[in-house]
Amino acid sequence: MEHIVIIGNGISGVTLARHIRKLSDKKITIISAETDYFFSRTAIMYVYMGHMKFEHTQPYENWFWKKNRIELLKAYVQEVDTDNKVVQFADGGHLNYDKLIIATGSKPNKFGWPGQDLDGVIGMYHKQDLDRLEVLAPNNKVCNRAVIVGGGLIGIELAEMLNSRKIPITFLVREDSFWNGVLPKGESQMINNHIKNHHIDLRLSTNLKEIKSDENGRVTSVILEETGEELACNVVGLTAGVTPNIDFLKSSKIELGRGVKVNRFLETNIKDVFAIGDCAEQHEAIGNRRPIEAVWYTGRMMGETLAQTICSNRIEYKPGHWFNSAKFLDIEYQTYGWVFAKPKDYETHFHWKHHKEDICITAAFHKDTNEFLGINTFGIRMRHEIFDKWLTEKRDMNHVISYLKDANFDPEFYKVYESDILKQYNTTFNTNLTSQKKSWKRIFSKT
Amino acid sequence: MKAIKNIGLVIFLIGLAFFTALPVLGTFNLNEANFNTIIKEQKIESDVFINDIKSNIVGRDFNGMQSLSPKISKALDNANENHTKNKEWDKKIYTKSSAMAAFIGKKSANGFIANNKGLMWLLTFGLGIIGALMFILPNVILLGKKGIKNDGIYHQSATNRGWIGWMVFIFLVSFYLVLYFASEYATNWTLLVDPISEALSGNPAGHWFVYGFMYCTVMTVMAVRMYIKYRHNIYQVFRTTSVLFFQIVFAFIIPEIMVRLQMPYYDFKNAFPLDYDFFFQWNLKELTNTGGIGIFILVWGIALTLVVVPIMVYFFGKRWYCSWVCGCGGLAETLGDPYRQHSDKSLFAWKVERYLVHGVLVFVIVMTAMTLYSFFSDTGTVLGIKTSTVQSIYSLVIGSIFAGVIGTGFYPIFGNRVWCRFGCPLAAYLGFVQRFKSKFRITTNGGQCISCGNCSTYCEMGIDVRAYAQKGENIVRSSCVGCGVCSAVCPRGVLKLENGPEDGRINPTEILLGNDVDLMDLVNQK
Ligand SMILES: Cc1cc2nc3c(=O)[nH]c(=O)nc-3n(C[C@H](O)[C@H](O)[C@H](O)COP(=O)(O)OP(=O)(O)OC[C@H]3O[C@@H](n4cnc5c(N)ncnc54)[C@H](O)[C@@H]3O)c2cc1C
Ligand code: SF4
Ligand code: SF4
Repeated sequence: MEHIVIIGNGISGVTLARHIRKLSDKKITIISAETDYFFSRTAIMYVYMGHMKFEHTQPYENWFWKKNRIELLKAYVQEVDTDNKVVQFADGGHLNYDKLIIATGSKPNKFGWPGQDLDGVIGMYHKQDLDRLEVLAPNNKVCNRAVIVGGGLIGIELAEMLNSRKIPITFLVREDSFWNGVLPKGESQMINNHIKNHHIDLRLSTNLKEIKSDENGRVTSVILEETGEELACNVVGLTAGVTPNIDFLKSSKIELGRGVKVNRFLETNIKDVFAIGDCAEQHEAIGNRRPIEAVWYTGRMMGETLAQTICSNRIEYKPGHWFNSAKFLDIEYQTYGWVFAKPKDYETHFHWKHHKEDICITAAFHKDTNEFLGINTFGIRMRHEIFDKWLTEKRDMNHVISYLKDANFDPEFYKVYESDILKQYNTTFNTNLTSQKKSWKRIFSKT
Repeated sequence: MKAIKNIGLVIFLIGLAFFTALPVLGTFNLNEANFNTIIKEQKIESDVFINDIKSNIVGRDFNGMQSLSPKISKALDNANENHTKNKEWDKKIYTKSSAMAAFIGKKSANGFIANNKGLMWLLTFGLGIIGALMFILPNVILLGKKGIKNDGIYHQSATNRGWIGWMVFIFLVSFYLVLYFASEYATNWTLLVDPISEALSGNPAGHWFVYGFMYCTVMTVMAVRMYIKYRHNIYQVFRTTSVLFFQIVFAFIIPEIMVRLQMPYYDFKNAFPLDYDFFFQWNLKELTNTGGIGIFILVWGIALTLVVVPIMVYFFGKRWYCSWVCGCGGLAETLGDPYRQHSDKSLFAWKVERYLVHGVLVFVIVMTAMTLYSFFSDTGTVLGIKTSTVQSIYSLVIGSIFAGVIGTGFYPIFGNRVWCRFGCPLAAYLGFVQRFKSKFRITTNGGQCISCGNCSTYCEMGIDVRAYAQKGENIVRSSCVGCGVCSAVCPRGVLKLENGPEDGRINPTEILLGNDVDLMDLVNQK
């Protein structure tokens, strides 16, 4: 029986294993050094905040693995010998494979800051980081101030976490507005304000210079690059992005860039070795995507796809329309298609914001053809299916604005804003659109 | 703000302490005249009992029910033993001893409590309400901006099965035990609400009135908490208002007023088989004997179960009943909301649930069939089994122990819908309709789920919502009561409760939206 060995029990590795099991009878082993069972990395914040216990982050009950004959091995892979098809463990053991899948995810970036390895400096990626934070910052007596370095999605989650225990936070963001490499101006500014309204000391255009410690190597303060200001703190969270977690492969023959280099079939340069999830790097980016896509959804999609290839139906990784979502403290964010922070030369943006609440949308369309390109929505939930369909059908912007009610996904009885949005669209672009009533038939028709 | 909360907590606890102490306090002295009324009202024929009470109880002072009640039950047992021996069946007393003690206690209460009902009400209910509100209302400010307010739920003793949770558990279980099995100890409580009962129905309060009044009070106060916690979520606000309205108006006020108008006591929203004794002989007799209104209730009760309920479930899902109308649901969604995360999500629990809840449904149907057969054929037994025995077993095991003691008492341990999930036969019936013939579903928003588990954690019915959402499947489950909390807590906007076309409601999915369309077609179409 062919032995499939997967390094990494994250969403990509586990999705792959599940689908291989559905399609075949192959022997499957998942190796991970992090936890015994698969858990949802996206949910670790809720454990610290007391919304859930750690076991609630585990999407499958413990009997699931045995029942599906997926073997779990807790070990750290130190080396991969592709000539002999064997993986070496840090504890001395080894395991032979017929096919090897690298799904080792990411690790937090460290940019060589002085003091970045001190006691009290943490990332927020692994289960161990969560456990460490519980020790370092159980409350605001033990941790009087935390400094977060890096304004991305994990940074703001860490801020929300610490905020839930009333720990004062200084949030250092290199950019002059929060996440403005991704978010257009109006939205980014709304988030700036939202962060400040939560009494978080947000410092824009601010870099970390150095982390200082006491004689025991415990963090005591940070020094800021721009002003030289020294901020006393007990915890420093490094959340300036992630990099593929592939150092253990450096001695192997597998081609590496920033991540494990793969082709569109998720194959590496070595036969029978594949890579998926956060650690995989495409030779060439797919469409507007990045060569390394470190998000949950793409890890899952790669797993779904590679299972086919491994089970003798070799297919390309061909993701559909881009989508993503996140939450900035209390503001939910969803995106479908592409809306660029700095509009491309063919791109026009339409931005609507509620006059009082933190609710807004930005829709992008082609300035010549009027084709709808994508939408960001904040504080309004929208239907994935509908936008996916509109993108596939290359609907124009007028259609999207007229039929926006079909796309609303907010809970029943919520206030709706489609008419406001339409009105503003009409005035801005001198159109005379009328709002179409929501239609179940359109929403649920598959064609 | 924090200070107000703490003061509120202390005030609440003082009120609770008074309330808890009441069953064993108070003085009782039965005078001759009152006893004669009881003899008449209860149609007591037993001279042994009458003499016993007259010589041992009448005219004497008793401190606390614990000194009075044993004497009464002893007298009663003694008398019955005597009559059994002498085969004087017509003299035997069939009233339960705790009920007899409750009658006598109520008539003989005479001390401070009986003479200061208003003051005592203030010291118990009054302090409880004021304290609880002082504890809850500052949250308007303390909880800050709109959003999900689940911070610290698993850090706090009260909501994480810590010692406070266990204390609440002990209190609730004891309260239900008193209510169902030792109602004489509720005598002092009934005194406090006498004025209210007299204003409504014209009668002094019994222990069920205390329960009804308390139910409404607790629900109202805890609804305030719900309003504050979910103030940004209009679905929750509407739903809470609706259950509160149906509890106070339909379950509490209307039945009392009907009694005042010489009509049968009836809760128009309480549908059979939740209302399991609707077809019991005494109820049918009462209804058929009270003329037009009785017949109307009979027809309405049958139509409610056979027509109204299923049609509404077809259009809106069982939520219209379970989390918009029902009293059990109402308490679960207000008093029980802090405990919703304790429902067991395991596959094992789901199996237990299906056996139990359908077992109860079968039980109630068999019992009702026996009841109706006995009623129309005028026999007491069916196939050699006494109908009344089956009825008593159901009333005791399901009606009292399961629905009350376990159903509510276990909130802090097993979550707030133990009864609704494992026991309620109406829920089982509605569940069939919801699963197989309804427009209701929870739509999963394409591929947006990140498997975080908030939805499953906060599903009070123990549904593993995530198991569906992370596959891109809609949630169509017979047990879902449509509380909408999974949708509220989802950080990615994945879930929406909606009533749409039946077509495509159930959508088994393997590959989620967002991936290669050809792959989706290949795998999902199989
Ligand atoms: C706090 C946080 C919040 C996030 N929120 C979102 C979100 O909302 N939406 C979203 O799309 N994405 C989110 N992400 C990103 C998302 O979680 C990742 O993209 C995803 O988990 C990557 O999955 P993966 O399977 O590629 O790898 P991982 O989940 O990282 O799994 C890899 C596993 O392999 C193990 N491993 C690595 N090397 C070895 C070795 N040598 N030997 C043995 N085991 C090894 C690791 O310990 C780890 O357990 C979030 C990430 C974090 C940290
Ligand atoms: S599935 Fe959602 S709506 Fe249904 S009972 Fe559970 S939490 Fe409530
Ligand atoms: S809460 Fe939302 S994102 Fe989290 S598991 Fe449930 S459906 Fe998925």
